[in-house]
Amino acid sequence: MSKKYYERPVIIKQHSGMMNKFGSSPSLPPITEVEGIPVKELTEKYGSPLFTFSERKIRDNQRKMLRIFKTRYPKVQFAWSYKTNYLGAICSVFHQEGSWAEVVSEFEYDKAKGLGVDGQHIIFNGPDKTEEALEKAVKDKAKIHIDHFDELYSLMEITERLNLKADVAIRVNMDTGIYPKWDRFGFNYENGEAAQALKRIAMNDNLNLIGLHTHIGTYIMSAEPYRQAVIVLVELANMLSKQYDIALDYIDVGGGLPSNNTLKGQYLDAEQILPTYEQYADAITAPLFDLNLKPDELPTLILESGRALIDDAGYLLSTVIGNKRLSNGKRTIIIDAGVNYLFTSHWFNHKIAPAQHSGSFTENSAVYGPLCMNIDVLREDIVLPTMRKGDQVVILYVGAYSVTQWMQFITLRPNVVMIMEDGSVEVIRESEKLENITSSEKVPEKLNSFSLK
Amino acid sequence: MENYKMLNNVAVSENGFLFLPGTGESFTLNEIGRMILEYLKEGNSSNEIIEKIAGEYDVDETVAERDFNDFINQLKNFRIVDAI
Repeated sequence: MSKKYYERPVIIKQHSGMMNKFGSSPSLPPITEVEGIPVKELTEKYGSPLFTFSERKIRDNQRKMLRIFKTRYPKVQFAWSYKTNYLGAICSVFHQEGSWAEVVSEFEYDKAKGLGVDGQHIIFNGPDKTEEALEKAVKDKAKIHIDHFDELYSLMEITERLNLKADVAIRVNMDTGIYPKWDRFGFNYENGEAAQALKRIAMNDNLNLIGLHTHIGTYIMSAEPYRQAVIVLVELANMLSKQYDIALDYIDVGGGLPSNNTLKGQYLDAEQILPTYEQYADAITAPLFDLNLKPDELPTLILESGRALIDDAGYLLSTVIGNKRLSNGKRTIIIDAGVNYLFTSHWFNHKIAPAQHSGSFTENSAVYGPLCMNIDVLREDIVLPTMRKGDQVVILYVGAYSVTQWMQFITLRPNVVMIMEDGSVEVIRESEKLENITSSEKVPEKLNSFSLK
Repeated sequence: MENYKMLNNVAVSENGFLFLPGTGESFTLNEIGRMILEYLKEGNSSNEIIEKIAGEYDVDETVAERDFNDFINQLKNFRIVDAI
């Protein structure tokens, strides 16, 4: 006779008094497989924890977003935000879908070129562009988005010295009504700096002004600020056309669209309170029709969405190391993935689902990572069913800023795999080995030996 | 291994609802939690209870013992059981 299913004994105290008007958040239903492949099979073969990306999901997201914008405005171009996730395989999926590269450092610039992106399809953003990087970008005909006056002067000097023309845009910042105001990048609109910079560029023979760029912030929870930003860019574009007879190739609205991750301190799920991408697209495209241009002269709309296109295509599979009770009786679960792999858990309440069917009893728990550090908390409070050592969880929406902002700390970083459209699994970044860390270290000779007693 | 007894004033219903008339506190139990209290009421020792669970459910004795100890600690905190 087979034995009955075992669920650990649980007792939960019932509280009377004020009801929680939002209700208790239920545990997510188990996610036993990713793209049709059992979680157990993936971790057995590639180890735990394991970052898993879905090729199908990335392509779907990109195509859906392109459709949303293209049905509202005729000329749309996406540029993949490298800093969001610059694993070669991930970038290549976006490039196959037609996205250009949007980079913010020489390292990212070289990475894009290494993957085969030519300079003309690289947008070079960011406050830190070295002289060497600028020279490279000018020679490659990359689209250089100037961030500040010193950079503008460097570029003038470089183009003159090389006797080359550079394709440039400026980044503009403005008050779009959001807090905090993002005015540290680019030239400010309200104080006239942007107009001044545009004038300097228009007057320089070596600088070819081809676009305007803005990036109003990150995880913007309302569509209206985008409308305000585009209105400003349209005003500047109309001014350029009138005063300097410059017709722009493009208007770049940057990124900042949110994903379905819920911020800490947010009561309701992101899915319930965020505008739809269609609403964002409406806000971004509507003001573009106020450009004083004939339809065939309309500039291309460039978008640099990162998070919105990749977050839900990434999963972090992790294994339960143990259960514990805190001094106040609260249950805690220790899993083998910590905040060093998931920097984003500092500001998001990542969704965590059990990866196997378990009993119906759920308990409010804290989920801790494996680091011997007090900061290693993935969730302070989450309702989960009882978990045994060796059980697994799937952490959702971890595609953005995870495998770029992660760090090697205390443990080595795990494998990253991609589930391909045909159902095969490819390792797209191998797990680290001790040699990877120690090979770049140097121990001075006098420290080479010691004897311990 | 230490043995425990249920305190006199604890009322447990068949479907796992537990009430402490003395304080007005109420609790819910899952199936195994309810079984453990049942076995304690019958006067079983801790070892006997762990054996019974491992015999009836798909779990080895080490895990059953670990979970039993964790559960008993909670019961002690809630003043539902006491060591004999």
